[in-house]
Amino acid sequence: MERRCTGSEVKGVSTGTTILAAIYDGGVVIGSDSRASIGGEYVSSKTINKVIQVHDRIFCCMSGSLADAQAVTKAAKFQLSFHSVQMERPPLVIAAATIMKELCYKNKEDLQAGFITAGWDHRHGPQVYVVSLGGMLVSQPVTIGGSGSTYIYGYVDAKYKPNMSREECLQFATNALALAMGRDNVSGGVAHLAVISETGVEHVVVPGNKLPRFNHE
Amino acid sequence: MSSIGTGYDLSASTFSPDGRVFQVEYAMKAVENSSTAIAIRCKDGVVFGVEKLVLSKLYEEGSNKRIFNIDRHVGMAVAGLLADARSLSEVAREESSNFRMNYGHDIPLKHLSDRVAMYVHAYTLYSAVRPFGCSFILGSYDKDDGPQLYMVDPSGISYMKDMTCRELVKEVAKIIYIVHDEVKDKAFELELSWVGEVTNGRHVLVPKDVREEAEKFAKDSLEEEDDSDEDNM
Repeated sequence: MERRCTGSEVKGVSTGTTILAAIYDGGVVIGSDSRASIGGEYVSSKTINKVIQVHDRIFCCMSGSLADAQAVTKAAKFQLSFHSVQMERPPLVIAAATIMKELCYKNKEDLQAGFITAGWDHRHGPQVYVVSLGGMLVSQPVTIGGSGSTYIYGYVDAKYKPNMSREECLQFATNALALAMGRDNVSGGVAHLAVISETGVEHVVVPGNKLPRFNHE
Repeated sequence: MSSIGTGYDLSASTFSPDGRVFQVEYAMKAVENSSTAIAIRCKDGVVFGVEKLVLSKLYEEGSNKRIFNIDRHVGMAVAGLLADARSLSEVAREESSNFRMNYGHDIPLKHLSDRVAMYVHAYTLYSAVRPFGCSFILGSYDKDDGPQLYMVDPSGISYMKDMTCRELVKEVAKIIYIVHDEVKDKAFELELSWVGEVTNGRHVLVPKDVREEAEKFAKDSLEEEDDSDEDNM
């Protein structure tokens, strides 16, 4: 977990963040909040995009140090596009996740970034992979990350069901982000979501005031 | 056919006036003079067969294999200089292994074939080294892309090359027996391997009972042909 103290331990701009991805029947939903902060004290950007497209049907969510995460995703995007041209076909999601994992593991001393890679490929359909801080790679049907994720483990455990419909999964993801952003001070802004399936990618942006509300105060 | 290089054939870094690199062509001769290796693709797999000439009665059965395993799902049958072929099989294995480490899944056969072909080609560019004197056939089977077959020759080109596997094993054995020249080379051992649905995508040597059945089929069909019609020979 990226619990960070203020002061010398912070590496510049950090994405105290909430990121998640979930598989539904026929595709995958990946999403994040949009707040970037410095030391948990100051919001340096209200509308940063943490969901990066690394290939036509493969997306990555960043968490941790923003600089490190951006550097890794840019390098991975380049390697993946080269690999895809060599293979003469779209890359597998596991290939994208392994590229990120190799970058994170080989440079673990210098990096402080974790990722969720999600996408669709012709061989295994929708998949979600987590690449954690030290470079561990694990495949899961649903996963959450970032500092805001601690507040929604209960919600995700209770509400996620395999083989949901697209609409159900989108609602689930939006609710989860809204709950996390409501409690985590370093997560907020808008909810960026991407719905990936065989037919294409749909971007959904839910502004802060349109997010579902749960507290009846 | 003998084409005399006359001075343009001393190194791989020299072209002849008519645009040929003689060293590469001589390397292909090493393949032509070797004994037969074949691979056939059928709808659910690939079968390899090699006519392995036995140079001495002292050799144990199964020694000096000419069919190699490259990763779990790829097989390689070679013709030409065996030492060169062994070295290339190691190259192919490293390529497969590195691919899996970098991308997390089995290497697609076309990519492996391209990578090894590039390596072979590199040795045709410099005078300090000689080209590889072997050709080889790479084959694999997986559920998505089905059975595939590629061949690489000493110049570094790779080509793509279509019964079920079980029936095919017998036919491959028969072809090797037919091709074997009784007069020129006395003893040979038939090496057979396969990869396909029947082996769940793993490249393995054909089991002993299947091989014996195939050899029996091959010997029987040869005798039939001998008996039936003299003109057919």
